[in-house]
Order: sequence, then C-alpha cells, then structure tokens
Amino acid sequence: MKLNLIAIRRGVLRWEGLLVILIIAVAFANSQLSPYFLNTSNLLRTTSDFMEIGIMMLPMVFVIATGNIDLSIASTLGLSASLMGWLFMGGWDIWLAVLVALIASIFAGLLNGFLIAKLKLPSLAVTIGTLSFYRGLAYALLGDQAARGYPESFTFLGQGTMGSTGIPFSLLIFGGFALIFGLVLHKTTFGRYIFAIGNNEQASRFSGVPVDRIKMIIFVLSSVMAAIAGFILAARFGSTRPDIGTGLELTVITVTVLGGVSIFGGSGTMIGAVLALILVGILRFGMGLINLQGQVQDIIIGLLLILSILLPRFGKQLASGLNWNRGTIFRLAGVVTVAVLFGIFFFWSRTLVLAR
Amino acid sequence: MRNKRLNLLLVSLMLLTVLAACGDPTATTVPVATTAAATTAAAATTTAAAAAGGNKTFILVPKALGIPYFDTANKGAQEAAKELGVTVTYQGSATADATQQIQLLNSLIAQKVSGLAISANDADALAPVGKAAIEQKIPVVSWDSNIAPSGRLVHINQANAEDIGRGQIQLISKLIGGKGKIAILSATSTAPNQNTWIGFMKEELKKPENSGLELVATVYGDDQDEKSYTEAQGLMKTYPDLKGIISPTTVGIAASGRAVTDAKKIGQVIVTGLGTPNQMRTFVKSGASPAFALWNPGDLGYLSIYTLNAISTGQIQGKAGETFKAGKLGSYTIDKDGVVLLGKPTVFDATNIDNFNF
Repeated sequence: MKLNLIAIRRGVLRWEGLLVILIIAVAFANSQLSPYFLNTSNLLRTTSDFMEIGIMMLPMVFVIATGNIDLSIASTLGLSASLMGWLFMGGWDIWLAVLVALIASIFAGLLNGFLIAKLKLPSLAVTIGTLSFYRGLAYALLGDQAARGYPESFTFLGQGTMGSTGIPFSLLIFGGFALIFGLVLHKTTFGRYIFAIGNNEQASRFSGVPVDRIKMIIFVLSSVMAAIAGFILAARFGSTRPDIGTGLELTVITVTVLGGVSIFGGSGTMIGAVLALILVGILRFGMGLINLQGQVQDIIIGLLLILSILLPRFGKQLASGLNWNRGTIFRLAGVVTVAVLFGIFFFWSRTLVLAR
Repeated sequence: MRNKRLNLLLVSLMLLTVLAACGDPTATTVPVATTAAATTAAAATTTAAAAAGGNKTFILVPKALGIPYFDTANKGAQEAAKELGVTVTYQGSATADATQQIQLLNSLIAQKVSGLAISANDADALAPVGKAAIEQKIPVVSWDSNIAPSGRLVHINQANAEDIGRGQIQLISKLIGGKGKIAILSATSTAPNQNTWIGFMKEELKKPENSGLELVATVYGDDQDEKSYTEAQGLMKTYPDLKGIISPTTVGIAASGRAVTDAKKIGQVIVTGLGTPNQMRTFVKSGASPAFALWNPGDLGYLSIYTLNAISTGQIQGKAGETFKAGKLGSYTIDKDGVVLLGKPTVFDATNIDNFNF
C-alpha cells in the first residue's frame, strides 16, 4: 500500500512535467500558426473566458480527490446568479442580493453534503438529481426573463481590469483562491484527510478521520465557489438568464482530470489542475485563432482527456519494468490509436476549414 | 530507478511527437514532423487573406453550427461576398450558448477581422464583447437575434409584425379566392408574437377588399403537435364549410397540414401561415398548403454582409436615417436604434420551395 502511494505520487509529479511540456508545445505551435497569439492584450482578454471554470475547478479537486464528483456546480452557479438577479430586479441592493445568493448556495451545498455524507448516497446520483433541481429553481425564479441593469461596481467583477495593465480582475480573484486552496490541500491536516478518504474511506474512518464532516465541508465549498463563479459570469455578461453557465460542469471536470487528479480519488495536486486549466485555455484560444469549428475543438479536447487517462496508466506500467504482456500491448495500442486519431482529426479539420 | 525515469520521459516525448506529428500529410506511417511545420502553410493562407491589403474578411456568426436555417443564411452571405469581392467566413460555436459564443468572438477580435455579423445567443451577454470589438475598430452588426444597442452598430431585423400579420390575410385571400370562412390556429393564448400578428390580421380583415372573408374562430394548439392537430380537426368538424386555416406558428401549420391531409380535404380546406420549407414541402406539393410565408434567411445573411461592408467602407456609421444599397435587395434606410428591416416576408410555393433547404 505504502509503496503504491509513493509510486502514485511520483507519477503525479511526472504528469505535471508532461503538462508543462504540452503547454510549451501548444504555445509554440500557436505562435507559429497565428501572428495574433503572442499578444499580451489578446491573451489577457481571453483569460477572463476561463476564470469561472477555474474558480469551480479549485473545490472540484477536493471533491474528486476524495473519490466523489459534483455534477451540480453549473446549476448551483445558475441558481445563485438567478437568485441574485431576481432580488436585484425586485429592487434590492446588488451586494445584499449577492450575500443572500451566497447563503443560498451554502444551503445548496449542505443538501448535497447531507445526502452524500449522512445518507451515504452515491455523489454521482445525488448531484445528477440536484443538477436538475437547482437549474429548475433558477427557471422558476426568472422564467424566460433576463435580469439586467447591474451597476458598474458589480460588473467590474467580470469586466474590470487592473488599471491600465489589462489584467482582468477575475484573474486576481482566481489567483488568490488558487493559492488558498493549494495551501489547504497540500499543507494542512484537512488536505491530508482528503487524500486519505480518497485512498481508503473505510480505513480513514477507523483511524479517526471525520469523514462525514469533511465531505459536508467540501460539498459546501464546491457550491459556494460555484456561486462566486456565477456572480463573476453574471458580471461579465451584464445580465442573468436562468440558463447561465449550462454545461460548464463537464469542462470543469475535464480540466480537473486532465490536471492529474485521479478520478478514483486519492491523488492529485492543485498545481496540476491549474496547469491543465492553462493548457485547455491556450489550446482553445489557439484553435479559435486558426478558426477551427466549435465541434472540432470539443473533439480535440475530448481526445486529449482520454489520452490523459491512458498515458499515466501506461507510463506506470512501463516504470515498473518493461514487461511485454498482452495488457501492455493493448494499452500501447490504445494510446497510439488515440494519438493518431487526434492528429488525423486535427489535419482533416484544417482541410475542411480551408476548403471553404 | 534512474533508467526507469529516463524510459518514461522518452516514452512521453515519443507520444508527444506522435500526437503532434500526425498533422503532417506525408507522415502516414512514421510521423516525424511537428504540428507547427505541418500547418503553418495552411494557416498562412487564412491569415494572409485577412492581412492582404484591401481584401476584407467578414465573419458570419450563427447561434450555433449545424442548423439548416443558419446554413441558408451563410449561402446568402457567400453570394454577397462574391459580389463585393470580400471574404466571408462562417464561424460558430458547437452549441447555442452565450459563453461559447463570447469565447469565439474573443478569438475573432484577436485576429483583427474586418467585421462581425452575429446572431446573438443572449442580447445582453454579448453586449460587452461587441463593445470591445467596436472599440478596436471592428464593426459589429447583429442579425436574426439582437444584441443590445451598446454592443452593435446595426441590427438587421428579419420582419416586422405588421407585414407578417397583414401578409397572412392577403395570402389566404388569394388562395381561397377572396371568399369564405377562415380560422386561425395559433400557439398559446398568451404568446406575444402571435397575438400581435393576429391583431394586424384583424385590422387587415376590416379592409373592404377582404369583406368576403369571415374569421369564424381563433383556437390555440399551444405549439404542441398533438394538440394543434386535434384543434385543426375540431375546426373542420365545427365548420364543415371552412375554407382556410391560418397558422402563424411552425408547429401549428405542419399539424394543420397533416389534419387536412388525413381528413382527405385537400383542396377543400387550404392551410397557410408561417412555416419552414423542409417541414412544409410535402404539403405544398400535395396542395394541402399551396403557399406559406416566412422571411428568407439567405436574404438575411446577404443583407448582413452588405451592411457590414457599407460600415467598413465608411459609407454609413449605423445612425438613423442613413441609406445604403444592398445589391439585389435594393436600397435600405436605417431606422431608429440602428435597426434595418429586411422587408416583407417571402412567400414559398411550388415554384420556389425546392430552392430552399432549411
């Protein structure tokens, strides 16, 4: 068990190295493909497109590291932003509305946490349920209306930049939170408990880890951060519709898993997740710059995700000695197939675009 | 241990090369080149087109890709591009979602394209990014679906309520020979668009030339196929001498067409209203609905590109009262709030329906 843990941690360290290599490769490719990539103001403007995802990704690392999942975050985002918009339209002060929506998100997280930690229901099922439930509440509040007319002091959250530097304010918010979440995960007992639960929940329980309380806390954290992402997204849009942020949960989970956080729980780092966010961000931006169609972009990100799951498994096997049995060959074949598909697709989509 | 690590690093690098190299057309079996090298040439053509002096690149942005309605708009836009000697690229997000559309627009602004024509997924959410584009001297027009005025210079409106409402009565009058009982099958009783149109239909009925038409009932199918079908059946039962059904909603018109066909009353009861060519094709050919109306999305795309070009060349600035010419569609004047009206709805019938696919 102990040996295994060390091996996993090593694998993770190397995974981050690979992410850095990938980021450099993508950045280099982008700068070759488009003269508009290496432009500070362009890069900074596109950064704000990914901050909501990043903010929701931070607690998602906690959730996935414990071996759970939270699919309801985008709906919690929608609910909080809609509640805030609804109160604002009812004449409330915007910051008071934000406060109430934040409190509502705590309750949303408590409901998730209660069902998962206390009633021992699987998080996948519970959060699929609350995904529909919270989104439904958002629609109940706003219907087919949009809340709009937010004051500038609020829209600054999503649209503002730091003076003339062009650095989005939301990047600062994300950076601050990333630091805090990283320290909590890697430098505190709480963080160690998270990995312990992910590795073996039963054993952690027996060794006195307050498993249920920790699960409650991380699901509440997840909802609260989703609400904050919701405020930033609403501020960036300057309006709220009840369908705001639909589908973002899948992007968040993709980035988290791509960052090397094991979907089975027990391992992962905050720095890996942040690197994966940067990778997906510049990959998306680069693909946009060379005018790849939206569907093609989705497919490429999807293949990258599959690679990211296949690669470490294959690598781990290789690290434990070259042992050419049937399993190794199958895995190698899998990795190569996906990589080739990725490449063919990339090329094919280019010709498609050029054919127009 | 050290060896194993080295092994791993090598494998990672190898895979990375494989992953990066497949972009090379020559590397089918042994991938050796890098993505960058393989696609630079390809990308150069795209960007060169944008950068080459005088050759403008406008981008037509639909709500999402893969929707026939928007693809038809692109056809019109390409026609305009050919006439104007500009390049029009059709770029959209995978799903009709404001977040994705904003991401796309940010990368288009970064490329310094010559102009953006956008069908907005969210009027308010797209306003800030539209404003950013305009600040970078990239003209923005919205079409089909509006962007709030601060985020665009001109909005191309596909049709106005009065033209639609009055047009429906004129159409049914022509189809049934100006005489007989007619009924309206609408969406829900509270649907704002339909109610406005019905208001104008009633106005039009008051005109002396329409005195032969008698509106006997207005029923509501709630935009549900089953309910609309039942309501259409009910109309034919209650009024055996009914001559025509007007359904100003795409769900209702198709359901009415089916109800008339199933009741074997083709030719006796004429269906018309607002529909799309693909859903109405069989009814037009069978005679259940010889003609119906809708705006032509191709013209919408065509006009969007002409408008962008007029702004881009400095001919207009998007202010009310300015006029410009738009090729085959003729001359247009900008109304207040920077709105341009496409014109009267297009009538689709057996002579032209096969030219449309949406």
